[in-house]
Amino acid sequence: MKNISLKVSLLIVMGFAIVSCNSDDDNNGINANATKKQVIANYADIVYANYKKAYDDAVVLETAITTFTTTPTDANFTIAKNKWKDARESYGTTEAFRFANGPIDDEENGPEGFLNSWPLDENYIDYVQGNATAGVINNTTLFPAITKTVLEGLNEEGGEKNISVGYHAIEFLLWGQDLTAPSEKKPGQRPYTDFVTGTSGTALNQARRAEYLKVCADLLTDHLQYLVDQWKPGGTYRTTFLALPENDALTNIFTGIATLAAAELAVERMDTALLNADQEDEHSCFSDNTHRDIALNLQGVINVYKGKYGSIDGPSLEDLVTKANASIAAATNTSITDSQAKVAAIVTPFDFAISGGLTSTEGAKVRVAVLQLKNLGANLIAGAAKLGLTVNNG
Amino acid sequence: MCLGTISCSDSDDEYITPPTTPEQLLPEAGEEYSGGSSTVFNTTEEAFGFASTSLTFDEGSDFGVGNSFFRQSWISAPSSTTARDGLGPFYNAVSCSACHFKDGRGRPPLFDGELGHGLLLRLTIPGTDNNGASLTDATYGGQLQDNAILGITVKGQYNIIYENINETLADGTIVQLQKPTYQLTNLGYGPLSANLMISPRIANQMVGLGLLEAISDNDILARVDINDTNGDGISGKPNYVHDIASNSTKLGRFGWKANQPSIKQQVAAAFSGDIGITSMLFPNENCPPGVDCGAIPNGGSPEIPDITFNRVVLYSSTLSVPARRNFKEQNVLKGKQIFNTINCTACHIPKMQTGNTYPITGLRNQTIRPFTDLLLHDMGSGLADNAPDFDATGTEWRTQPLWGIGLIKNVNNHTNLLHDGRARNIEEAILWHGGEALEAKNKYKQLNAQQRSDLLAFINSL
Repeated sequence: MKNISLKVSLLIVMGFAIVSCNSDDDNNGINANATKKQVIANYADIVYANYKKAYDDAVVLETAITTFTTTPTDANFTIAKNKWKDARESYGTTEAFRFANGPIDDEENGPEGFLNSWPLDENYIDYVQGNATAGVINNTTLFPAITKTVLEGLNEEGGEKNISVGYHAIEFLLWGQDLTAPSEKKPGQRPYTDFVTGTSGTALNQARRAEYLKVCADLLTDHLQYLVDQWKPGGTYRTTFLALPENDALTNIFTGIATLAAAELAVERMDTALLNADQEDEHSCFSDNTHRDIALNLQGVINVYKGKYGSIDGPSLEDLVTKANASIAAATNTSITDSQAKVAAIVTPFDFAISGGLTSTEGAKVRVAVLQLKNLGANLIAGAAKLGLTVNNG
Repeated sequence: MCLGTISCSDSDDEYITPPTTPEQLLPEAGEEYSGGSSTVFNTTEEAFGFASTSLTFDEGSDFGVGNSFFRQSWISAPSSTTARDGLGPFYNAVSCSACHFKDGRGRPPLFDGELGHGLLLRLTIPGTDNNGASLTDATYGGQLQDNAILGITVKGQYNIIYENINETLADGTIVQLQKPTYQLTNLGYGPLSANLMISPRIANQMVGLGLLEAISDNDILARVDINDTNGDGISGKPNYVHDIASNSTKLGRFGWKANQPSIKQQVAAAFSGDIGITSMLFPNENCPPGVDCGAIPNGGSPEIPDITFNRVVLYSSTLSVPARRNFKEQNVLKGKQIFNTINCTACHIPKMQTGNTYPITGLRNQTIRPFTDLLLHDMGSGLADNAPDFDATGTEWRTQPLWGIGLIKNVNNHTNLLHDGRARNIEEAILWHGGEALEAKNKYKQLNAQQRSDLLAFINSL
């Protein structure tokens, strides 16, 4: 089934490519004939392809975690950590599909909290500095077994955000707390021996820790599978989405990327961290991988705007905006380039960049990037307005 | 111009008066701007979550940080994310947004034991303290937190039993209402007070709160009519409550019984009571006798620093109000007339003005359409919690603002209304009106199906 679906998508993509070629010659890669309907369909293709890639990478991560927990060596530990970083690469761009009335953050069934919950309640999961017996892993009385059912059940307590599974739970179990000073530029230093039973092991309850890690990896693929299924050709939400009035669908798409660029990324993830100047007020705080989260979120916005992802290059919002108002399209492209440059200029790791706050040299660079991203969001909204769409900036 | 030309050319008498087309109702100019300049045109699940566009750049930055601390979970201490730890030890929810999901409205649990969706129980006993506040349960305090951090015994939980009540409208239509009663279960710290009073409270949507705060005291008090001297059956009574920061008595505006004088104190009380986060106004953890909360790791003193707290307050004050939908439609405009005729507008005041001294300058001098008078009214025994709260009696509730009411479904996937979420839709909420509002309710029951439909269409357009 998957192969068939992919072939269908490829055919569609190729069809668009031919159309694109016709207009490429005279208009700088802009498809002046792009219709709203085509743009909406191309978006659905991108969403599906990106979730599929995120799922595939999560499967690789799960395999690496299984290998590591079966054979807990330092080498296997490193592989698992690298596969986590790989998996974040493909998930990061999918955040451009949030805030768009889609299945990822739907109130009742949206799996966002199961996937990307932050901040992580780490001492709910495992030991932390100052408490060697903290967390579900070390509480054999309340939690005699660590299973999918148990962890999913715990996660249902709470609300919008869940606290004990997802990418960041896996990150915490692989890296541990980041206890070194930001200036040392080091991530968490959890030893692989936290997963080794017997006399060479460190910390308590190593087998339960391994079980917790495996369950988290398993749940990750489950929840990504849900999104893939929603968006695959014929999938429930894809069908709903493609049947929306065109302007509603486009408004949702624009709202998602404008909100991610100007609110979630610029304000929530960057400016808030900067104004708090709290070392670990950053998303991937255990692995010091937050700079990638930021760059990938931005890339996700660009992917959606330009209608490109992987081998997909189809009718785009950019095509529509360019046709409606070339100067706003040009301004948007300038703000995309500027945003990429200013995000790239932020020193890594991100906790070091924010540690001096707004008035520090490195902090000031973060603020400059924030302003560029807000500008990008404003340009996206202005472009949407030229298409007759009312998009609000959250 | 066009119409003029047609009239001139058609001089026949029969065209001077338009043919029997019904009278076209017209909306008032600007009627759709429910929040004045803080109005947002959005009907998605994000509809309650937009900043007022009147904010300055720095206010916008503070709004962003406030949003973060409103939305994200608080976690137990100690944690790497030190800015966000200190949850509990006792709590109802891990974040503001758990109950005010997408800045919207909570609902009762769908099953016994479902936690953190926005219904909590206040626990009081007869009598008041020096500030006029109700006395609280000696063991369990003023609120039942039905969750606790790992390793701490939960105070208890509650079950709801719904009793069905039928209301029969004049045309014979039967509407089934459900009346809740509450049972406290799994008590962790011994028996409750024998004379305990339980007041259930639902998390309200967050839109337009700063606009309500920006209305002058005088404008609110001008509508007070405690002894009903105008004889319309509607009293209108202010609640006067304790203001912690100034240690004085002030007009209450927020909360289901108007028991909080300011957004700031409302937010601080919720951080303390609902999430277990200490702040400048509530520096102490809620701790039952016998539990040494000092020995439980906390997230600092206070757990939310003043600068962050103030940003959450700014956030909570500056969420835009969604614009009206379908406000030009004839059925909506007919419904608006009925809303007026059956005197809903006696308490749900359609239009008010914000003052010119509010600290957030963008919210000053706005014409707003909140559909509340911010005063207390006797709503009858059916709706009563029988738990006094400062000057509010056990049958009195503050008039609920109606702006945004039609979008709760889009934002929160439910249409539950009233202080405990018992009403499953607007019609049920109307039929729960009693006391001073009994006459309006009875007039509603006399309406025919089309009139009821028009009225509901109007309310849903708010």
